[in-house]
Amino acid sequence: MTQRRSLVPGLYALFIAVPLYWLLVMSLKTNAEITGSFALIPLAPTLENFAVIFSDPAWYLGYVNALIYVLMNVAISVTVAIPAAFAFARYRFRGDRVLFFVLLTFRMMAPAILLVPFVQIFSDLGLIDTHIAVAVAHCFFNVPIAVWILEGFVSGIPREIDESARIDGYSLVGYFRRILLPLIAPGIAVTAFFCFMFSWVEVLLANGLTVVAAKPINGIMSRAGSVNAADIPLLAAAGVLGLIPGLVLIVFMRRHLARGFSMGRVV
Amino acid sequence: MTTDRQNARSLLLLSPAGLVMALCGVVPMAFVAYYSLHDTFGGNSFIWVGTTWFQQILVAPEFHAALLRSLGFSLLVLAIEMPLGIYVALKMPTRGALATVFIVLFTIPLLTPTIVVGYLWAAMTLPKAGLLFEALSLLGLNLNMNNPVVVWLVLSVMDAWHWTGLVVLLCYAGLRAIPDDYYRAARIDGASAWAVFRYIQLPKLRTVLLVAVLLRFMDSFIIYTEPYVVARGGPGVSTTFLSRELVQTALVEFNLGEGGAMAVVYFLVVLCVSWAFFTLVVSKTDLDPKRAVL
Repeated sequence: MTQRRSLVPGLYALFIAVPLYWLLVMSLKTNAEITGSFALIPLAPTLENFAVIFSDPAWYLGYVNALIYVLMNVAISVTVAIPAAFAFARYRFRGDRVLFFVLLTFRMMAPAILLVPFVQIFSDLGLIDTHIAVAVAHCFFNVPIAVWILEGFVSGIPREIDESARIDGYSLVGYFRRILLPLIAPGIAVTAFFCFMFSWVEVLLANGLTVVAAKPINGIMSRAGSVNAADIPLLAAAGVLGLIPGLVLIVFMRRHLARGFSMGRVV
Repeated sequence: MTTDRQNARSLLLLSPAGLVMALCGVVPMAFVAYYSLHDTFGGNSFIWVGTTWFQQILVAPEFHAALLRSLGFSLLVLAIEMPLGIYVALKMPTRGALATVFIVLFTIPLLTPTIVVGYLWAAMTLPKAGLLFEALSLLGLNLNMNNPVVVWLVLSVMDAWHWTGLVVLLCYAGLRAIPDDYYRAARIDGASAWAVFRYIQLPKLRTVLLVAVLLRFMDSFIIYTEPYVVARGGPGVSTTFLSRELVQTALVEFNLGEGGAMAVVYFLVVLCVSWAFFTLVVSKTDLDPKRAVL
């Protein structure tokens, strides 16, 4: 379709960009500058706030901790979701509709509902303040989303391919390894992206299940911000650094994002 | 393949996901249901109290108010984000470098941790430090964060900033799936832009729009971090939403029973929305009779 250039996306882009710009500006100011006067650009840009974060393990380990549980979660979610997505896409079995519905419902559950039982379960297991506790907790929303997206990608593969694999004498395992996984590789990447996103941005469970050893950056920011006279530039710098993993992923995934956002099933 | 074999195969393929979901979904939900029917002292000994907590919260004005606030907030952000997202997606360039730049930019807020979003918008409303405060005062307006209406407006703008990109990207993906022939036929018929939207684009966007409504409704309905960071749930309790009320009751006042009962009611609302979505979309488009060959 040909259409006239419109200003609307540009204006919306401005609405997105301005607060991001402001986050960056605040991170480059000193506390004195930020509370003393209003300026659209930092008058004396400083990297002092970033230096604080990079020199204090209490800060920078927060990013490491978050990355550890997020990557664990992505690995678990994608691994268990692939066979499940294949079953939903290809087989008709007893209870398939009910199971799909149950998965959907868990995706929509509030972390607040599950926080208390998670605290109790993981204390009983001696897993409070470990990365694996947060990684498993985040599965309740990421496994459903992973199954959902991957099911769309598996459904998009023509059945004739399954048929010819069967004629060629592939076992189910051989078919998975040699045929299915290479074909849905973009789908796996999109799924991993989404699991990363939802786990990376979550605060309540990640903060509630950790104390010190596995405290993620979100929890550290939450604590630093709850004191009186919170250091805004320092928090802004922590926020800017928190955007970087997502930014890297977006740039790598930019071609597949549109399809991923439609959960692999727009067409 | 026979039905029995399909059943057996499916069971095998679903078991890893099933195990994980049992551990992180079903078991915790069972705990919540157990709390809601018991009273406890320090979380060690539990006493059966039947439906007492449910009777209590169903008449409690605080719970009603928090539930209504959450529903109201969800409806408000849907009313802003859905039309805005559809409109931006319709006006997006269809290809080229500019389209890629827009997509990347619109995705950034989606990957911003909620706590960063909260602090960013909290800082935006401060005098001197805050761009929003200073921009409004240039226009002669005072951004008074002690006014509940103002705080609600700030939170809606913040949520629109954070999540409208999701609606844009979903719709954008949906629009790309419409064949050019449809538009050509519309042009030959002399259809107006509105007619093209109403009779070609909107019907084709049905599924993605329902996905967008569902995700946006649920994620705004469970909002927790941002309202607390921006305004401490206030002024008063005007922006204390259901998630906060629940965590406050269960973990701060340490009333597991009442918190559990609230969680069960919360869960029932989720179940209803999920069921409506399932019957509207999923059951019609997916899980059609299948011919399995492997």
